[in-house]
Amino acid sequence: MSDSDTGAMGRSQGETVRLSTIRLSVNDQARQLEVDPRTSLLDALREHLRLSGTKKGCDHGQCGACTVLVNGRRVNSCLTLAVMHEDDEIVTIEGLGDPEDLHAMQRAFVERDGFQCGYCTPGQICSAVGMLAEVEAGWPSHATADVSAPQVALSDEEIRERMSGNICRCAAYPNIVAAIRDTAQGGL
Amino acid sequence: MRPFTYERATDAQTAVAAVSRPGAKFISGGTNLLDLMKLDIEQPSHLVDISRLPLRDIEELPDGGLRIGAQAANSDVAADARVRTRYPVLSEALVAGASGQLRNMASTGGNLLQRTRCPYFYDTAADCNKRDPGSGCSAIGGFNRIHAILGASESCIATNPSDMAVAMTVLGAEIELLDADQAVRRVAITDFYRLPGDTPHIETVLRPGEMITSVVLPPPPPGRQKYRKVRDRASYEFALVSVAAVVSTDQGTISEARVAFGGVAHKPWRSVEAEAALTGRPATMDTYRAAAEAAMRDAVGQGHNDFKIELAKRTLCRTLAQVARAS
Repeated sequence: MSDSDTGAMGRSQGETVRLSTIRLSVNDQARQLEVDPRTSLLDALREHLRLSGTKKGCDHGQCGACTVLVNGRRVNSCLTLAVMHEDDEIVTIEGLGDPEDLHAMQRAFVERDGFQCGYCTPGQICSAVGMLAEVEAGWPSHATADVSAPQVALSDEEIRERMSGNICRCAAYPNIVAAIRDTAQGGL
Repeated sequence: MRPFTYERATDAQTAVAAVSRPGAKFISGGTNLLDLMKLDIEQPSHLVDISRLPLRDIEELPDGGLRIGAQAANSDVAADARVRTRYPVLSEALVAGASGQLRNMASTGGNLLQRTRCPYFYDTAADCNKRDPGSGCSAIGGFNRIHAILGASESCIATNPSDMAVAMTVLGAEIELLDADQAVRRVAITDFYRLPGDTPHIETVLRPGEMITSVVLPPPPPGRQKYRKVRDRASYEFALVSVAAVVSTDQGTISEARVAFGGVAHKPWRSVEAEAALTGRPATMDTYRAAAEAAMRDAVGQGHNDFKIELAKRTLCRTLAQVARAS
């Protein structure tokens, strides 16, 4: 049993809470944090590490704006605790690429105009990158006619189904699908 | 969110010991528990993180079955080649549930233990016997379009939202449990879930301190398997009605049939009535309709959800027609 309490104390809503120290990798950088155990991975990224690219939408796993990659897999960072991610490798939108050197998926979203207000876009892009890795691994989806088939043909229907955990209130969906299709065809 | 203390369990034995303290709960994927903690519906004072226990493997069993570790992610189970080829109904059910992100987080054991719930359970201003035993049920006489049509009580008409559990029910899965005394027991999934009765806050037969370690699938039943889910949105939505069916035919006669419904009751609903009405009968629409009538004989609507009774019948008929034709 590992106990990650550090003995450090913080105050929250008038109550004293013990803080936990966690070490994890964020965008290929080793980071150490002292957090209240209640801190979501999302809040740790935004409020502790000042990586505000990852967005808080619903904070309940329904909208996908907070999607990041944990050990290569896309997850909702709002529905997981930072303390649960000791030694994990986190990649956020800031780690995928930067304005001088965009990731292929970021470039495709720009070229296809796959957004309007942009709030959901970091989550869309992280989710799309994770999703293409799932397709590469042959994972079936609800749009797959035969789940026993070892390979998946990435139709637009497959893209829409696999991206259903990311909501876009501006409804840029057709261009999001096009950007993902372009990236899949061009390779990452 | 209320304060809690946190510890990470490194083996199953210490995990069950750690959860014995008052107010303690296990956390794995967290997708249901943290959602409810943010809303102050779940209020644990201590969390025992079991997500890193060595219970992630999916193993072959000597009898041709499969043992799925309780910490295996929903996406890993859905993508497992053995599940996809031998238990396709389970893979289909898993990918019909939640979103890609949630399936990467949610564990097998956590999916089984997600709360049976309805919108009034989430609304802390409403009465809910599940959230606050004895307070009443706002869904009865309220907006109850998505609620139960079978096995409900005067205390609760919520439905279990798991797709995975419906497929496991039709496959005759058993759930393996470990308790604080290190005793292991197995419970058939049909016996694992309780109907609401007058204690809707108690949803399973899991005893305090017990932990799910694995789900054991017996060898695949003969015949073709299918999971069909009917819902208000094309994706990422709970079922209004779902059907898991396994049907074996021999020269146009149904030799063996298994049927389970989702979205209709407080638990995944195996229909022995439908199975009896199918077995030994010709694989025709008349037979399917008779099975559907048998399955829904005791169904009761709450007003807004009356349509689900006919929807469940039609969903069963269509699923059976598809499975029987293919076999």
